[in-house]
Amino acid sequence: MLEVRGLEAWYGESHILHGIDFEVREGEVVTLLGRNGAGKTTTLKAIMGLVPRRSGSIRFKGEEIIHLRPDEIARRGIAFCPEERGIFASLNVMENLLLPPVIAPGGLDLPTLFSLFPNLEERRTSPGTKLSGGEQQMLAIARILRTGARLLLLDEPTEGLAPVIVQQIGRTIAEIKKRGFTVLLVEQNFRFAATLADRHYVIEHGRVVDMIPNAELEQNMSKLHDYLGV
Amino acid sequence: MHTIFGIPAPLLFGQLLLGLINGGFYALLSLGLAVIFGMLNIINFAHGALFMTGAFAAWGLLNYLGLPYWYALILSPLLIGLFGLVLERLFIRRLYGLDHLYGLLLTFGLALIIEGLFRNAFGSSGMPYQIPRSLSGAVNLGFMFLPLYRGWVVVVALVVSLATWAVIEKTRLGATLRAATENAALVQAFGINVPRLVALTYAGGVALAAFAGVLAAPIYSVNPNMGSNLIITVFAVVVIGGMGSILGSIVSGFGLGVIEGLTKVFYPQASDTVIFVVMAIVLLARPAGLFGKTA
Repeated sequence: MLEVRGLEAWYGESHILHGIDFEVREGEVVTLLGRNGAGKTTTLKAIMGLVPRRSGSIRFKGEEIIHLRPDEIARRGIAFCPEERGIFASLNVMENLLLPPVIAPGGLDLPTLFSLFPNLEERRTSPGTKLSGGEQQMLAIARILRTGARLLLLDEPTEGLAPVIVQQIGRTIAEIKKRGFTVLLVEQNFRFAATLADRHYVIEHGRVVDMIPNAELEQNMSKLHDYLGV
Repeated sequence: MHTIFGIPAPLLFGQLLLGLINGGFYALLSLGLAVIFGMLNIINFAHGALFMTGAFAAWGLLNYLGLPYWYALILSPLLIGLFGLVLERLFIRRLYGLDHLYGLLLTFGLALIIEGLFRNAFGSSGMPYQIPRSLSGAVNLGFMFLPLYRGWVVVVALVVSLATWAVIEKTRLGATLRAATENAALVQAFGINVPRLVALTYAGGVALAAFAGVLAAPIYSVNPNMGSNLIITVFAVVVIGGMGSILGSIVSGFGLGVIEGLTKVFYPQASDTVIFVVMAIVLLARPAGLFGKTA
């Protein structure tokens, strides 16, 4: 579904990605693991067209998308949930939820979203940033499930959240997967990632250095500890 | 004669009406500036020149094409809005992400060029524009005579201001605009063509200025300086209301128009400076303006 080859990216003078290679197959949950500053977030942003300069190849459903603008990439069926969640303060919960335009049939409808995230329905008229961190994360995920995009890029959805909320996010991602969405997940917390993912790519200094199928995670634990420095 | 606070009532109400009319122009112009500043982060110094261009468009439509006021009220904002679209595509979009100073210099330069061209072509003495026949005359309200056209300007400025506010605060399109003001990159990553939205926002703000220009044409004479006379006061209004605040523009626009009018009654010497005095006080007490968000 997504095939990334030789992806390089720059912020101004700093060369962040030095040739990223990986692919995500339809219906998979794939994680990008790595230390802080390894280039995980930049990889997601580069796929979405949100870095100022990039080169290489990004093919989505066979089509080269590296030269497209972010809105054109989104219209092809990729949705992005940023690390900072990107909830708009001047919009209420409902407006935040309805902001991304529906780009294809097959998204979740509002009743389904509210059954997945009951908190959001109770707080539909609250300003978006008055929600708790966990609720904001749920809103950020719910928002992109509506649009009909089938590939979701989730950047550290569990960061800074209480364990009980992390579990709820985990159940949500499992549910999304069951419904046939494809997920590319950036995570620091590989124990969390291990409960959801099919495969893990390890990124170091802007390159993919390893791929570990989730089934072989146990055998590779010591190697992974070295990669992540935990 | 009937008096209020020792002031003859007709004088008081007359100045109050004048204040409301000026307030209507302040509101319409500062609204456009607020919308443009919110989306483009550009302080549009060409706004006064575009207001003037709107008035000239009405004059031209009448004198060259024989199209009366009511056509001009629609056509002039469309034409000048289109012109704004061209300005944005050709010039202004090159300044996004740069320091405010560049936008200020560019739009100030554009204003000088536009006004210079009109002064060259039409001189600076001004041309009269007739009040449409259906709005000429006055009604006796009992306490004063209300010239119909002036009443119309107050009402229509208020309606257009509130409609603009409603579009921005209550509709899907408005939600998208507000979101793009906060984080344009993310909105674009949701599949919205933000560059197009930004260009149309500029065109919309410019169209509001042109609309105000058509409204103003029968009241002031149509002349190349009519915008620059007004725009300095409008910038003070924007600062008082809070840079980028929609409601702030409307409330402070009408409010300051009235304050200015009342000052003309009670202490005429200060009528030209009162808005700037208010601005200084507001900036001391609330640096972000009355309705501005403190960042």
